[in-house]
Amino acid sequence: MRVRVPTPLQSYTGEAEVYVAVPVLAPELPPTMGGVLAALDGSYPGMRFRMIDEQGRVRPHIKLFIDQALTRDLRASIPSGATVMIVAALSGG
Amino acid sequence: MPRTKKPVRPIAAKRVRLLLATRKGLWTLTSDLARSAWKLAGPQFLGHVVHHAVADPRDARTMLAAARTGHLGPTVFRSLDAGKTWKEAAKPPAFAEGSGRVVDHTFWLAPGHPSEPGTWYAGTSPQGLFRSVDGGTTWEGVAGFNQHPKRKAWCGGDQDGTPDGAKLHSILVDPRDPKHLYISMSSGGTFESTDAGADWRPLNAGVRADFQPDPNLEFGHDPHCVRFAAGHPDRLYQQNHCGIFRIDRPNDRWQEIGDTMPKSVGYVGFPMVVHPRDPETLWVFPMDGTSVWPRTSPGGRPAVYRSRDGGRSWKRQDQGLPKVQAWWTVKRQAMTADARDPAGLYFGTTSGEVWGSRDEGRTFRCLARHLPHIYAVEPG
Repeated sequence: MRVRVPTPLQSYTGEAEVYVAVPVLAPELPPTMGGVLAALDGSYPGMRFRMIDEQGRVRPHIKLFIDQALTRDLRASIPSGATVMIVAALSGG
Repeated sequence: MPRTKKPVRPIAAKRVRLLLATRKGLWTLTSDLARSAWKLAGPQFLGHVVHHAVADPRDARTMLAAARTGHLGPTVFRSLDAGKTWKEAAKPPAFAEGSGRVVDHTFWLAPGHPSEPGTWYAGTSPQGLFRSVDGGTTWEGVAGFNQHPKRKAWCGGDQDGTPDGAKLHSILVDPRDPKHLYISMSSGGTFESTDAGADWRPLNAGVRADFQPDPNLEFGHDPHCVRFAAGHPDRLYQQNHCGIFRIDRPNDRWQEIGDTMPKSVGYVGFPMVVHPRDPETLWVFPMDGTSVWPRTSPGGRPAVYRSRDGGRSWKRQDQGLPKVQAWWTVKRQAMTADARDPAGLYFGTTSGEVWGSRDEGRTFRCLARHLPHIYAVEPG
């Protein structure tokens, strides 16, 4: 799974783009956004909690895209070949 | 008596260092023991909001820093080499899943008792108490507080917090007994536990809460900073939203000591600093708490006020500080003393300056300027 990583999180990945292996439990069960974030955290410990709070909600200034589609649902399915893009969006000083 | 481990022997100090936690990262100021030439170093964690950075007095090597960014959730970084390198906590402070509560930031870090070398405490915003027993690597909520049946009543709702969020702070561990703890909350008040945090009770009698319909509540007060008197943990000093107070245990009633401050200056402020050896000496940094609470130095003329008699009388100390048009103030963690003799006194301002005195506040000079808004100054 291809994941584009914003600069505030590149202290974890070291790169703007990473590939993570997301386990597929069954052909009819495609990977989910939650699965991608768990896989990211497995490779880059601590990264998930900076994006997702302890109640499982996406933090206010983090946006998650599946290709062009914005989602805040960690259960959202990710089609084969899609790219996940993480955006850290905040204005002001 | 509690079972204790042998304390780690601190390394003898060869320099004086201050940890400057700011809204944009962490800096250090270091001098030789004469405290005459200071060197600024940093930043580390540039762009992170660093609410508190604390060195472990038990080993002089371990340091913790509480950080978040505008985008990213809160975490704690840990150094085992006095700040040269840092590693993120494997499990930062976080409320229990399903509790509905979310840690916005870790606000206060406090080393545990000397007999418990790996133990640290953290206070968060909104109000939560956390403990690590592995030197800050993993953190667990102190269930006796976070899940106390009265916690919600003690802490109040979202509207009861301070402008930057309600906070749990001033975590004090009795040097005679690791199970004897105090915490304070803005808002909420001061609370005491004698069983390592398993249960808590309010300790606010005598403290005013002028912003409440009943100013003599059991809880719901707004302590800004609470400290043990030096070498005398039966005495606590408190800078509160509504005054300055002292308590001498086992009394359960605080005594007002801010009413002898000059009327033109008032008794409002955030920091409370105690002398490293003299339990009768303390310092506060007044701010303007009149009208709409400007939270600036009163009249634009900053000054420290020192008491050498446990708060019975106060002396203004402003030699070297700006005389006019200086509108900064000092936050509750941003003022501290060193352990030298005479003691050094230091504070960081909301406008990014660090001021220091090596003669217990008699004279000050600016040690650094042009830094970001300073949240905390701690000996390092």
